Amino acid sequence: MAEGGNRAGYLLLAPTLAVMALALAAPLGLLALYSLTATTGPVLEGGATYSQYADVLGRAGYRALFWRSLGISALVTAVTVALAYPMAYFVAFQAGRWKFAWLIALTIPFWTSYLLRVFAWKIILGYGGVINSALLSLHLVSQPVGALLYNPFSVVVTLTHAWAAFAILPIYVSLEKIDRALLEAATDLGDGPVRRFLRITLPLSMPGVIGAAILIFVPTTGDYVTPTLVGGPQGSMIANVIAMQFERIGNWPLGAALALASMAAVGVTAALFVAAARAATQAIK
Amino acid sequence: MAFLSVRQVTKRFGDVPAVDAVDLEVPRGAFFALLGPSGCGKTTLLRMIAGFAQPDGGTLFIDGANMNGVPAHRRPTNMVFQSYAIFPHLNVFDNVAYGLRKERLGKQALRARVEAMLATVRLEGLESRRADELSGGQRQRVALARALAKQPKILLLDEPLGALDKRLREAMQVELRALQRTLGITFLLVTHDQEEALSMADQVAVMSGGRILQIASPRELYERPVCREVADFIGQINFFHATVKHIADDTVTANAGVLGIVTLPRASFGFPFAVGDHVLLALRPERITLQRGSVAGQITAASFLGERSHYQVKIAGRSEPVFVASSGAAPQGPVLLGWAPDALIALPFTA
Amino acid sequence: MKSLRAYALAYLAFLYLPVLFLPLFSFNNSRFIAFPFTGFTTRWYSALFADDAMLHALGNSLEVGAVTALLSTLLGLLAAKAVTQYRLRGTGALLGFVSLPLFIPDIVLGIALLLLLGAIGFPLSLAGVALGHASLCVPFALTVLIARFEGFDRNLEEASADLGEGAWMTFWRVTFPLVLPGIAASLLLTFITSFDEFLLAYFLSGTEATLPVYIWGQLRFPDRLPMVLALGALILVASVALVVLAEWARNLGVAPGKKSIGA
Repeated sequence: MAEGGNRAGYLLLAPTLAVMALALAAPLGLLALYSLTATTGPVLEGGATYSQYADVLGRAGYRALFWRSLGISALVTAVTVALAYPMAYFVAFQAGRWKFAWLIALTIPFWTSYLLRVFAWKIILGYGGVINSALLSLHLVSQPVGALLYNPFSVVVTLTHAWAAFAILPIYVSLEKIDRALLEAATDLGDGPVRRFLRITLPLSMPGVIGAAILIFVPTTGDYVTPTLVGGPQGSMIANVIAMQFERIGNWPLGAALALASMAAVGVTAALFVAAARAATQAIK
Repeated sequence: MAFLSVRQVTKRFGDVPAVDAVDLEVPRGAFFALLGPSGCGKTTLLRMIAGFAQPDGGTLFIDGANMNGVPAHRRPTNMVFQSYAIFPHLNVFDNVAYGLRKERLGKQALRARVEAMLATVRLEGLESRRADELSGGQRQRVALARALAKQPKILLLDEPLGALDKRLREAMQVELRALQRTLGITFLLVTHDQEEALSMADQVAVMSGGRILQIASPRELYERPVCREVADFIGQINFFHATVKHIADDTVTANAGVLGIVTLPRASFGFPFAVGDHVLLALRPERITLQRGSVAGQITAASFLGERSHYQVKIAGRSEPVFVASSGAAPQGPVLLGWAPDALIALPFTA
Repeated sequence: MKSLRAYALAYLAFLYLPVLFLPLFSFNNSRFIAFPFTGFTTRWYSALFADDAMLHALGNSLEVGAVTALLSTLLGLLAAKAVTQYRLRGTGALLGFVSLPLFIPDIVLGIALLLLLGAIGFPLSLAGVALGHASLCVPFALTVLIARFEGFDRNLEEASADLGEGAWMTFWRVTFPLVLPGIAASLLLTFITSFDEFLLAYFLSGTEATLPVYIWGQLRFPDRLPMVLALGALILVASVALVVLAEWARNLGVAPGKKSIGA
């Protein structure tokens, strides 16, 4: 370890920090600044004000939008994690020699274009799309089912599919770390497979579950592509409204306030969830 | 039937029998040890008794009940694991109470039992400590308390002292022995450390290659091993080849090559033999004297070990040194190796 | 516990099938993306390669991807070496800050960068997109490279110095070859991330479109959809190939028990 060379270490770090300061810290700082400005438009002028936030928190329309977005994300998170857990369990405990192959197979979709994946669902759920045409060809329905697309349902399905791969890895890692001797000890002390799972495996895998939940919940609340492509007006989320401020309406400070308020809302919800999950886990004996 | 009765139990991994038609009888209330080198099958046998592995052949009885098909969580055994396997997300109290939750003891009774257990292993006051706050010795006691809390018929111990430093290990050996005597529960210990087995157990079974070589008390194993492998495994020993020359009523005379002509009691031979047979004669280092004797030698190495000194003595006609242990001052110059006739251990010679 | 294999296979099917519809229908001889199949054709693919706008967008994406990959890998490399080989204060906070893009919804990052470029008077262009992508990709590069450096025995560098090599040659002859697979994996993964990234490109690219932005533009025209499928199919195949390559590179020379997958 180069002890006296700590200065060299900081020097090495400097370029990266500089770029991240420019590409991350500065923009976010600017965003905060805008949200507190009294102007309506791209240029920063006018005095400081909380009026944007008052607007955001005050209007019922915005509040409903927030609740719907948080609700959709929460549902997506719950479903995704619930579906991913058995899959992760399988790879950690039952996959044997094929563990690595399974992990690769599960990771590949993670890296394909998100846009394309959402588009795939659009063509699957559409009025003249894959599911409907299949149902019609098989004479299972006489008319296409319109309720598959352009509503919160389609948003949830699409997002669940998009994030399915993300949930597996954190849960897998925490399951893999569980010392198998602990499971034997539990068995030795009288636990059948179910009790052992509930009292040992589940609590010890909770860090991974919580990690997966946060990993999914936080970005999905602010997702733009899915609600835009498959959500329709009923399934619109915060990102749509934010984008509108910047694309059409031009009220940048309001957009900025919406963005930061949504991040705060997500942050608070996530923190509450983590606290609750940890407390619940502690109670398991 | 003995309390634990193992009859012709076999376990194969692929073609290799890890446990080969083993028979074992452990009496109630005994401290029994399975001793052997790595890979001898002792751990496999232990796991079959615990229920973590199913035998491919043979039967297992605990207190008269056939254990075949009985899953591990329903067996009247509890195990102290080699790594202790303390549950990291539970504190000491909850660890010890773990197996008792299902028994519906009621809050008071449960607490009483746990605290009694902790007192037995001398860990009172540590109930709310978490696993990562415990030392190695403390974790071992928690594992012990946890296993004993369910009052099992047999307590299984899988190399329980391996991770401890020497001083702690020796202290624990004494404690475990005392504990077993006090509780009266049957203990079955698995270890590769012969010192451990000999110091704690009433009876020891020496295993090798999936088979049991000898079952005896520690003293008998030490003084009367039945074969070379057991003799070699327990303590240090010197082997000499010999040919039987003459058999009298009480004594046997043999030509022991480098040792010359020797006599030993006939009772020392625990196996059938005849004149002309090639046998092995063994001598423990501490039974050889250096001052008076019949075989001349030179000390080539000496190490001082406190109460005793260990010497390596070179004698004529033998490339390997003879190991001798004796107390007292180190002799100077050439030595004469001597021994009492009954110090010679007679073992069959197999090629 | 009963075998969950059936569940696992069903899950895998759920993951892959929707995406497999893209290539499936890209060979279908119909303007409508629906059952039943009307015949096999490759005309959508040929039409695709005749589309100048698409080819132009492809070029843009490759450019931005290359720049992003090089920039974020370089930055990741420097930071990874700094963090693993020197005892620096505030490493945890640092890593947390740099990982922020993974936890912020990309719309927030997009509009924030939009504000920044506006404030400093920088016109919307591919350069802005590359900056945004770099911000997004540095955490990935860092993760891959830190893992690679941590598996690296520091004694090797000291041994090299002991045998007479100066700092630069030590880096070149010892450190670099061992870290190279990690660098290769980082380049590939950050390239794919940039190549597939839509939202930041949408907000920051101005008049020059990247491929995802181009695709987005086509989505409102139903008769362009089959070509989009063809394009999507090609992108999928390329992504998968690159990912498999990257994961193989990441685990080159790593002991079997320590192999890792994913970011």
